[in-house]
Amino acid sequence: MDWLLHAGDDPGHKFLLMLIAIALFVVLMGIILFVVDRPRNPPRWFIGFGFVGAALLLLLIGLVYPALQTILNSFMNRNSTSFVGLDNYVRAFTEPQFLIVLGNTALWVIVAPIVATFVGLAYAYLVDKSRFEAVAKGLVFLPMAISMVGASIIWKFVYDFKPAGVEQTGLLNQFIVWLGGEPQQFLINRPLNTFLIMVVFIWIQAGFAMTLLSASIKAIPDDIIEAARLDGVSGLGMFWRITIPSIRPALVVVLTTIAMTTLKTFDIVRTMTAGDFNTSIVALEFYNQRFRQGDAGLSAALAVLLFVIVIPVIIYNVRQQRLSEDVR
Amino acid sequence: MSVVEAATPAPEVPRSSSDLSSRARKARKALSNPWASTLAVIIAILWTIPTVGLLVTSFRPELDVRQSGWWTVFGDALAGEGVFSMRNYETALFDGSTDLATFFVNSFVVTLPAVFIPITLALLAAYGFAWVDFKGRDFLFIAVFALQIVPIQITLVPLLTAYVDLGINGTFWTIWLSHSIFALPLATFLLHNFMKDIPASLVEAARMDGAGHVQVFFRVVLPLLTPALAAFGIFQFLWVWNDLLVALIMGNLDTFPLTVRVAELAGSRGGDWHVLSAGAFISMIVPLIVFLSLQRYFVRGLLAGSVKG
Repeated sequence: MDWLLHAGDDPGHKFLLMLIAIALFVVLMGIILFVVDRPRNPPRWFIGFGFVGAALLLLLIGLVYPALQTILNSFMNRNSTSFVGLDNYVRAFTEPQFLIVLGNTALWVIVAPIVATFVGLAYAYLVDKSRFEAVAKGLVFLPMAISMVGASIIWKFVYDFKPAGVEQTGLLNQFIVWLGGEPQQFLINRPLNTFLIMVVFIWIQAGFAMTLLSASIKAIPDDIIEAARLDGVSGLGMFWRITIPSIRPALVVVLTTIAMTTLKTFDIVRTMTAGDFNTSIVALEFYNQRFRQGDAGLSAALAVLLFVIVIPVIIYNVRQQRLSEDVR
Repeated sequence: MSVVEAATPAPEVPRSSSDLSSRARKARKALSNPWASTLAVIIAILWTIPTVGLLVTSFRPELDVRQSGWWTVFGDALAGEGVFSMRNYETALFDGSTDLATFFVNSFVVTLPAVFIPITLALLAAYGFAWVDFKGRDFLFIAVFALQIVPIQITLVPLLTAYVDLGINGTFWTIWLSHSIFALPLATFLLHNFMKDIPASLVEAARMDGAGHVQVFFRVVLPLLTPALAAFGIFQFLWVWNDLLVALIMGNLDTFPLTVRVAELAGSRGGDWHVLSAGAFISMIVPLIVFLSLQRYFVRGLLAGSVKG
C-alpha cells in the first residue's frame, strides 16, 4: 500500500505510479461501460447514472462538500473549535490590514480587466488584416502559455533595483537613470507597487482578450463596413461607431471572464512580493492567513468572500448575454 | 450625378463575394495610418522585451549578470566580447541547492494523469448528458455547469483535511484527484457542447441499427471528438503544468512541480538572477512547445466560449 502511495525521490517509481494512475482510470472507465452495457433492457436512469455517476460523485465529495465545510468554518474560530458568529467577517471588514487587502482587490478587479481588454482590443483592431497579423498576434499571445510564476519572474527582473551610482540591471530603472532620475524600489511603495504587479497580469490576459475580440472583429459582415465607409465613416469613427457596437457581446464576455480570473489569481502577487508592502489581495490573503498565520476561520471567511464577489460579475455576464440574445 | 460619370463604365464592378471582400479589405487597409502602426509596434515591443531580457540573461555568466544590464550584450557582441554559455542551466538543473531536474520530473508526473483522468470521466459524463435521456438530466447538467464558478480556494482547505484524515496527504494521488475534480465542470461542459454538435440523425441511426450506448460512444461519438479532446487537453495541460496553488497546498517536497520550486527560488534567492532566469525558462519550455505546436486547437477551445479560472 505504501508503495502505491509514496514514491519518495525515485524518478522511476514516480513514473510508474503515474502510469498506474492513468491505467487505473482507463480500467475504471472500462468497468463502468461494461456494467452499463450488460443488462438487456436496462432502465434509463441506470444508463444515465452509469455515464454521469462517477463525475457527479467526485464533484459532490470534492467540490460541493468542501465548499459547504469552508462556509461553516468561516463562522468558527481560528482552530475551528468554537462558533464565533460573524467575527471573522467583521474583522475582514474593519481591521486596517484587511481593508487594504479589500481595497487592493477592488483596484485589481476594476483596473486589470479594463486595461487588458482595451489593449487586447486595440491591438486586435490595429493588426487586423495587416501583413504581419499572424506574427504580431503570436507575440502578444505567447504569455498565455507560461505560468504566472514565470511571468512574475520576467517582470520582477524588469523592476530590479540597484542603488544609485551602481550600474542598473533592471530595464525600468535603467530608463529612469537614462532620463536623469533616481533609481526606485518599485515594489515597496503603495499604491504604485500594486499597479506594477497588475502589469504582469495584464501582460498575460491581453492575449486572451485579443484572441476572442479578433475573432469577433473578423465576424463583422463586410457589407456593414462597406456601407459605413460609403457613408463617410473612417478612422476612429469606424472603431467607435461600427467595431465596438458590433462586438459588444464579446467585449462583455471578455471583461467578465478576465474579472473572474483576476479575483482568483494568487500566483502573481505571491511571487512578486508574497503580499508584503501592502500588496496582498483576497485570493492570496486566504492562503497567508491559513498557512502563515494559522487562522483557519479568517482564511475560510476570505475564501467565502471571494466566492461572494464573483457572483455579481456572473449575474452581470448572464444578463448581458440574455440581452444580446434578445436583440438577435 | 453627371452624365459623363454615368456613361463611363465602372472599371471594377463587384462580381463575386470574394471580389467584394477584397475591396473591403482594401478599404480597411486604407484606414491604417502611421499612428496606428506605431501604436501596434509599441505594444508588440512592450510585450516582447521583458521576455527577451530574461532569456538573454539566462545565457550570461553570473558575474556579468550582477554587474551590467542584459542590453549591454548587444554592444559587447558587436565588439566581439560577448560571452554566452549554458552554465546557468546546468547549475539550475543539477546543482544540489536548486536541483530543478527533480522538479521537472515531478511536473511531468503531476501533469499527465491530471490531464488524462478528468478527460475520461468528463467524456462519460458529457455523453450521458448529451445522448442518454434520463430523469433529472437537465437539472444535473445545469448544476455541473454552475459549479464552474466556484473558486477553488473555497474547497482547498477542507479537501486537504480530508486527505490528511485518509492518510494520503503529500502523495501524487491527492494532487491528481484535486486537479481532476476542479477540471470536471469545465471539461464536462465543453465536451458536452461539442457532442451536441454531432448530428442527432447520426446517433439515432446507429441506435436504430441496434447499437447500444457503449457502441455508439466508441464508434460514433469518440472519433468525431478528437479536436474537442485536443482543445480541452491543451487547456488542462497548461493549467496543471502552470498551477502553483494546488501544488503548493496539496504537495510536499517529494511532489512539488517546477512552479513551486521556481517561486521559492524567487523568494529565497531573489538576487541570483543567473539561476532564476534559467530556472524560469526551464519551467516554461514544455508549455511553450505544447502551446506553439497545438495553438490551433487552443484557440478553438477558447472560442468555444470557455475559460478556466
